[in-house]
Amino acid sequence: MGQTLAEMILSAHTDGPVRAGDFADVRVDVVLANDVTAPIAIREFDKLGVERVFDRDRIVLVPDHFAPNKDIKSAAQCALMRNFARAQEISHYFEVGKMGIEHVLLPEQGLVLPGDVVVGADSHTCTYGALGAFSTGMGSTDIAVAMATGATWMRVPETVRFVYTGSLQPWVGGKDLILYTIGNIGVSGALYKAMEFSGPTIDALSMAGRFTMANMAIEAGAKAGLFPFDDATRAYVNERASRRYTAYYVDDDAEYAATIEIDASAIEPQVAFPYLPENACPVSEAGDIPIDQVVIGSCTNGRVEDLRVAAKILHGRKIHQRVRCIVLPGSQQVYLNALREGLIEDFIIAGAAVSTPTCGPCLGGHMGVLAAGERAVSTTNRNFRGRMGHPESEVYLTGPAVAAASAIAGRIVAPQEVL
Amino acid sequence: MMLKGRAWKYGDNVDTDVIIPARYLNVSTAKELAVHCMEDIDPDFAASVKDGDIIVAGENFGCGSSREHAPLAIKGSGVSCIIASSYARIFYRNAINIGVPILESPDAVRDAQFGHEIEVQIEEGMIRNLTLGKTYRTTPYPRFMLEIIGAGGLVPYTVARIKGRRRV
Repeated sequence: MGQTLAEMILSAHTDGPVRAGDFADVRVDVVLANDVTAPIAIREFDKLGVERVFDRDRIVLVPDHFAPNKDIKSAAQCALMRNFARAQEISHYFEVGKMGIEHVLLPEQGLVLPGDVVVGADSHTCTYGALGAFSTGMGSTDIAVAMATGATWMRVPETVRFVYTGSLQPWVGGKDLILYTIGNIGVSGALYKAMEFSGPTIDALSMAGRFTMANMAIEAGAKAGLFPFDDATRAYVNERASRRYTAYYVDDDAEYAATIEIDASAIEPQVAFPYLPENACPVSEAGDIPIDQVVIGSCTNGRVEDLRVAAKILHGRKIHQRVRCIVLPGSQQVYLNALREGLIEDFIIAGAAVSTPTCGPCLGGHMGVLAAGERAVSTTNRNFRGRMGHPESEVYLTGPAVAAASAIAGRIVAPQEVL
Repeated sequence: MMLKGRAWKYGDNVDTDVIIPARYLNVSTAKELAVHCMEDIDPDFAASVKDGDIIVAGENFGCGSSREHAPLAIKGSGVSCIIASSYARIFYRNAINIGVPILESPDAVRDAQFGHEIEVQIEEGMIRNLTLGKTYRTTPYPRFMLEIIGAGGLVPYTVARIKGRRRV
């Protein structure tokens, strides 16, 4: 009997082979926390009675949520994490000016690699599944214990396999594939399970597109969203990795909880309506929805490939006078690349604000909070009630193409409408 | 452990953004967070909830963000236990880890209404709706999870394990 990607990777991190349903003590390769979740993790770590973290080179701390510090309380939380990083001599602490949005930053810096087990105190830690890592979000207390022991307990998840075939239509990307998929299976459609993405469409999808898809596995309730290793993964990783890694490939003899086949050629650019990511529909059916704000960026769509798509549409055009458009490159390196490629100039001439990397607006923290009754189109991953500000505000999730086009039109439109 | 309280009833997919909105994540203690618990779907909750009360909700409770602030806010508000049809997995771990008992019972959830008197026996996984006079059995926790609950959460459980290892 074969194994799913999740079973292969978890088996390599515990004593002997494990199968779906087994409970296992799992060794972890990388442990992650941010300025919102680290303070609780550090408080719990201090109760454990251990003096040092298990490996100062395997812990990554990133102030990205309410950083640059949004208020005095946030400054205190960032300071607490910074002091811990110094005291523990954590190798991978990224200060403002060097930091990025964690799930853009870690793969870019080669800190997470294929075959790794990664746990992070952030639900979108599942992003690294794009590399063929088993990567999952946990709470602060779990992360405190992982920082101390280098291990955690897991129930090996069943896997649902998603096989995509067909070529993508113009302006359709990873975001549209994953919104369409979540629209099909629902926000608890993969609860407690792993999602495994494969098929000819995936073979042709960029790493940026794969990161976007893996990022939103949690929005279907999944524990992880995994991609098999291929040439695209190898090309991405080999120029970044500074340690050995393990490649895993799909095993057709594996036992899947279900296999879902999706004709990707039929998928239009998607829009997920408030207040759940599962409320996805084709942009052509969105209707006339005026908007007040557009956010382009985040751990979902903050890579340079995403900014290129947005800039292609915004180049030589003007953002609608009623719309505030905020662009957030996902890391300093993404920012620099976008600057060198002239994308930042396109954004500014179009009338967009360009921000230093931060999670800020995605979770209604800072840098673009919505008032009552306001509507935003956003390339982020959640549109829950109050997610971007006032409980009576609304977030519509899209990919960067629809977001940029909507910023020009002042309402939700397909890219073709403004070109 | 026997728990008893009034039911606060909610629907499916109660996410961690409504349990504790991100605008309040610049603090992290249970007491500070409890003041804003459930604010965006139930503005009356924080002011009216009483020690021992029980949250009863539908499917996928606690979906979304991994913020442990969500079960901390619920714990700080005095809620003794959560009963839901199902849970988002990160929330489930977080609740067990910080010592908030949670039970899964679609039947108990279906029957319960706001204000019903509910009694829960954790070790046996037994739920009694005293208002309706009905009893529900839930699947017991796996052994090691009962050990975490018995120890009072993941931190005391791990402290005991680390000490055990040193003795060897």
